[in-house]
Amino acid sequence: MTYLDHAATTDVRPEVIAAMAATLGATGNASSLHAAGRQARKLVEVAREQVASALDCLPSEVVFTSGGTEADNLAVKGLYWSRHKADARRVRILASAVEHHAVLDPVQWLVDFEGASVEWLPVDELGVVDVAALQASVERDPDSVALITVMWANNEVGSVQPIEDVVAIAGAHNIPVHSDAVQVIGALPISFKQSGLDAMTISGHKLGGPMGVGALLLKREHKPVPVLHGGGQEREIRSGTLSTHLIVGFGLAVSLACAAQAAHAQHLRELRDELMETVKASVDGVHLRGAIDEADAVRRLPGNAHFTFDGCEGDALLMLLDAAGVQVSTGSACTAGIPQPSHVLLAMGVPVSDAVGALRFSLGRTSTSADIVALGAALPAAVERARRAGKALKSQN
Amino acid sequence: MRVLAALSGGVDSAVAAARVVAAGHEVTGVHLALSANPQSFRSGARGCCSLEDSRDARRAADVLGIPFYIWDMAEEFKAGVVDDFLAEYSEGRTPNPCLRCNEKIKFSALLDRALALGFDAVCTGHYALVSRDADGTMALRRAVDPQKDQSYVLGVLEQWQLDRAMFPVGDTTKPDIRLEAESMDLLVAKKPDSHDICFIPDGDTAGFLQSRLGEQPGQIVDAESGAVLGTHQGAHTFTIGQRRGLALGVPADDGAPRYVTGIDVKSRTVMVGPPRLLEVNCVRGVKPTWTQSPIAAGAKLGMQWRAHGTEVACTVTEVSEDSLTFVTDSFIKGVAPGQQAVFYDGDRVVGSVMIDSSSRI
Repeated sequence: MTYLDHAATTDVRPEVIAAMAATLGATGNASSLHAAGRQARKLVEVAREQVASALDCLPSEVVFTSGGTEADNLAVKGLYWSRHKADARRVRILASAVEHHAVLDPVQWLVDFEGASVEWLPVDELGVVDVAALQASVERDPDSVALITVMWANNEVGSVQPIEDVVAIAGAHNIPVHSDAVQVIGALPISFKQSGLDAMTISGHKLGGPMGVGALLLKREHKPVPVLHGGGQEREIRSGTLSTHLIVGFGLAVSLACAAQAAHAQHLRELRDELMETVKASVDGVHLRGAIDEADAVRRLPGNAHFTFDGCEGDALLMLLDAAGVQVSTGSACTAGIPQPSHVLLAMGVPVSDAVGALRFSLGRTSTSADIVALGAALPAAVERARRAGKALKSQN
Repeated sequence: MRVLAALSGGVDSAVAAARVVAAGHEVTGVHLALSANPQSFRSGARGCCSLEDSRDARRAADVLGIPFYIWDMAEEFKAGVVDDFLAEYSEGRTPNPCLRCNEKIKFSALLDRALALGFDAVCTGHYALVSRDADGTMALRRAVDPQKDQSYVLGVLEQWQLDRAMFPVGDTTKPDIRLEAESMDLLVAKKPDSHDICFIPDGDTAGFLQSRLGEQPGQIVDAESGAVLGTHQGAHTFTIGQRRGLALGVPADDGAPRYVTGIDVKSRTVMVGPPRLLEVNCVRGVKPTWTQSPIAAGAKLGMQWRAHGTEVACTVTEVSEDSLTFVTDSFIKGVAPGQQAVFYDGDRVVGSVMIDSSSRI
């Protein structure tokens, strides 16, 4: 089996599995005051320090959550509510048009139910946020902006976003900035402190940790209104019993991923370039989507390759490759598994007819050249068949 | 063979797929998403467009150990089935959307895509039989279980489709299919049957038509005297042969119940009258289809014109590429334009025609 969907989820590191297994059997609630509770608390706090140390933030800035989606919801809704409460003029949310649904949908929910208004920031044909548009939007009425949210790198086409510019524009008006960074931890060098971000979402299972755990890194001066109310375990911002074994696994995984970042990125980049060459060499009518690295700057996630295939439907290609033992993604959002043209590609100006032919290939720690060879062997027949199927459907309609 | 199993999320298609797997074929499961806005849960024994159904289909595929995908055919379904349904009713005709779905979706859009993607056949949970005759052509026949027989709604299929269709449950009764599902730990074993039109989940066809086609009030008149008996909110919500829902305050002179005997969409007039006006024996249809080869005039066949209707004897009196006329041995009631007449020779489906008009001779 060839697994080329590491952006969806990737292998859990063996050290992480061992650490979690060693913890899972231990009784103890990190909020309890007795010895067993103290032991659990110690494990949680060690993990918090691992995350803080790896991502250059304070331990108190780490708010553990159930994963990336919860962290995104907490940042977007929580900061909107707290900022709006402090000043009722703040109703605008500026968000990139290529955000993950975990950001898109909470923003849209605030618009639909809480009286917020959103401005979807346009992106260029490479999927990179238009900084000038952001600047114009902010400066039109900075006092009415509740928050800005721009992902660090796009999960579909891999384009790295100009976070530094976004933070600079927002900083001039003291507007908080959130960034969904789940795709970049372990892939790019990340310092929360140096980024200047107010809030940053990270997730365990994208970097060799377990599913069901993540964190919102949050500057101490912010107190978003909670999404989950209860015991107030995490800074009174997030409630719910802390999952000791998940947090232990998460802390270790973040620590290992960040320590290995440079070598890991190099490994991914080499394989990715090989993959891109292989795809282009094995089929015609294929277009790379998203940004490419420049001599002096990383513009794309090292493990991401994204193409549209002329005359194909991505889900037909996915099925044919799956049958040939090669597992990839269309990269687009699904409702009950129903493929839709990607909002990211549409925002980049890709026509619907091309957008339906998208496939994302994403590499990870366990990827090897053999995976690329397997893809190269399976791809031509799959593309040829998918094109025939596409034509059959067109002629019928 | 490489077989694409259409999994609705119900028990029949799950067992059908299981049987094809057991026969040693390479099977891939596909659930068709037919609604652009699927509802989350099924309500009772209604149709099959819910997220719960797609989950049930997925779980059946898991149990069978076959790959599973969802194919979005909402656009094709809307154009080929829902819009057709509305257009037919707005013309005062009575369509059968399940038959249309088999003709335009399952054995057209789905089959075309399956063949193009390298599959050899499509398998569904329909209760019907396909078998190969001595000359190599495929025959479509009634299912073993007369209660469940669905050969009628497959009656529009032609040779090229039958040649690539598999109906593995047609040789078994429904109770036995449920037992078989249970023996394989398929959780859908006890799921209720779906009966109604899947895109009208609350079963209120008149309400659905009213909401889509709007209110078009008109008169209800006596078919014989022409006297105005009442009003209605839209001729399209009536079907020929319908008795209930006329809401006529005045009883007929003889006290006998009155039925819808005719619909004139242009003048928005619904004609009602005694049941003898519904009795016809000569029916003309258009767009004949043939499972094997066309039948010549003079052929004596069985004819069924409703999904769960009885079969009557008839003689084909005229047949061309575009039309066909037949005369039934006895008078029949409740024949409406838009219905499909499906012809049988014994248990074999011969072909079909869409009813256009009927009369007494």
